[in-house]
Amino acid sequence: MSVKELTVPISEDAVRSLHVGDTVRLSGVIVTGRDAAHKYMIETFVHPSKGAGQGSLAVPEGERAVYRELKRLLRESVIYHCGPVVRQRDDGRWEFVAAGPTTSIREEAYEPDIIEHFGLRGVIGKGGMGPNTLRACREYGAAYFHAVGGAASLIADAVQEVVTVYKKDAFGVPEAFWVIRLEDFPLVVTMDTHGKSIHDQVEAASKAALDRLIGN
Amino acid sequence: MDNLTEPFVELIRRAATDLPSDVEAALRDARDREASGSAAEGALNTILENVAIARQNDTPICQDTGVPIFTIHVPRAGREGCASTQALRDQIEAAVAKATEQAYLRPNAVDPVTGRNSGNNLGEGFPSFHFQEWDEDYLRVDLLLKGGGSENVSTQVKLPHAPLDAGRDLDGVRKVVLDAVYQAQGKGCAPGVLGIAIGSDRGGGYVHAKEQFLRPLDDTNPQPALAELEERLLRECNELGIGPMGFGGKTTVFGVKIGAYHRLPACYFVSIAYMCWACRRAAMTVHAEEVTFQ
Repeated sequence: MSVKELTVPISEDAVRSLHVGDTVRLSGVIVTGRDAAHKYMIETFVHPSKGAGQGSLAVPEGERAVYRELKRLLRESVIYHCGPVVRQRDDGRWEFVAAGPTTSIREEAYEPDIIEHFGLRGVIGKGGMGPNTLRACREYGAAYFHAVGGAASLIADAVQEVVTVYKKDAFGVPEAFWVIRLEDFPLVVTMDTHGKSIHDQVEAASKAALDRLIGN
Repeated sequence: MDNLTEPFVELIRRAATDLPSDVEAALRDARDREASGSAAEGALNTILENVAIARQNDTPICQDTGVPIFTIHVPRAGREGCASTQALRDQIEAAVAKATEQAYLRPNAVDPVTGRNSGNNLGEGFPSFHFQEWDEDYLRVDLLLKGGGSENVSTQVKLPHAPLDAGRDLDGVRKVVLDAVYQAQGKGCAPGVLGIAIGSDRGGGYVHAKEQFLRPLDDTNPQPALAELEERLLRECNELGIGPMGFGGKTTVFGVKIGAYHRLPACYFVSIAYMCWACRRAAMTVHAEEVTFQ
């Protein structure tokens, strides 16, 4: 199986050429975000409180700078479901010590809107996501990239640089938006833009085995 | 020994940065069984490579260093080697904070009311302590690092469970366990280990289920009926074909350990704790002044 090289910014053509089962090495600047980050993005940016105005005007003033940066960083990039272990060096810069993926399905309620709103080309995580994200992948041109859960030290080696971090004080280290530059991050495409999901396939096969084993 | 804080930091470091040898060997066997060139084989190769890097770099195997669960056996009060459990708790808490500062542990303790992370892995009920007196004349501390992703796919089922036609017997237990593994798919970071408790109340069931993770993978359950069920479930869970990370494959679980506690007449709980492939356990004993790590 050949390995495909992918670099941020990822074009729509590049992501639409991927298929489930493809092995990918990803390089470039991406952003981590998990539970608190998704909830925050939806409530603060995507569907800001009603009556506060339209579009970005509804975003509270104190959050607009972060919004601008995230919009710039996430367009044609990917969000990584990850809560890292970090270390601050003597010169004040951060480094990733351990950085494996966290379970993605918790973000299913948020992800389709985030893919659309920010123009994401993909999501990195583990465990796969549901039908709404799969639909968003097809509609807006994005893929789900599966990292190996728990392979934190190996993945930390692929993180070349921590560029910056947003919302660390508010959300804590694991939940913050860490902006990182990757080189050759090993991934498997498990949901593609063609409506295919390895997770659906394995689930269907294991359901048949389960029914046989418990005699249903 | 007056103060065990430093040995406790070392215990945490060992648990976070290395795997027990039986676990690593089981993962290697699993890798060798998967089809050459498959995504499953690739995932297990990545896992094994990651373990080697973590050991070499002295960094956590997984970024989710979990909830640290300490099981402490102390000699009976008055016996040689007995210790104040409060003093041990204080020293372990100091060690947890220090290990967090040294990035062996990720700050994982979040206040559910305010949403604030305490930053040092200390909080109400965090880490988790289980003290027990025993008749030996030395102290034993077992540490389990239990990750959150696999915690989320753990489950507790009340028998009888009509949807699966699972009754109040060991076959009913078998059915709900298989269903739990099916429900988990790859989301608990398969291949995993199952710790199962039959009986008890709801709280005690989960505690006993997690105690099963302290057993070596190759031990034999002293109760023949449970030993047989462990073996059968190991085989049948793997027939589900979920495989490493849920990519499909031959190994979905590499250990099934079952304990049984007496239950109330009205209740029959099956508590199923799922441990990810990073089955991180470490132990230390303290004989007089001598600290030994297992």
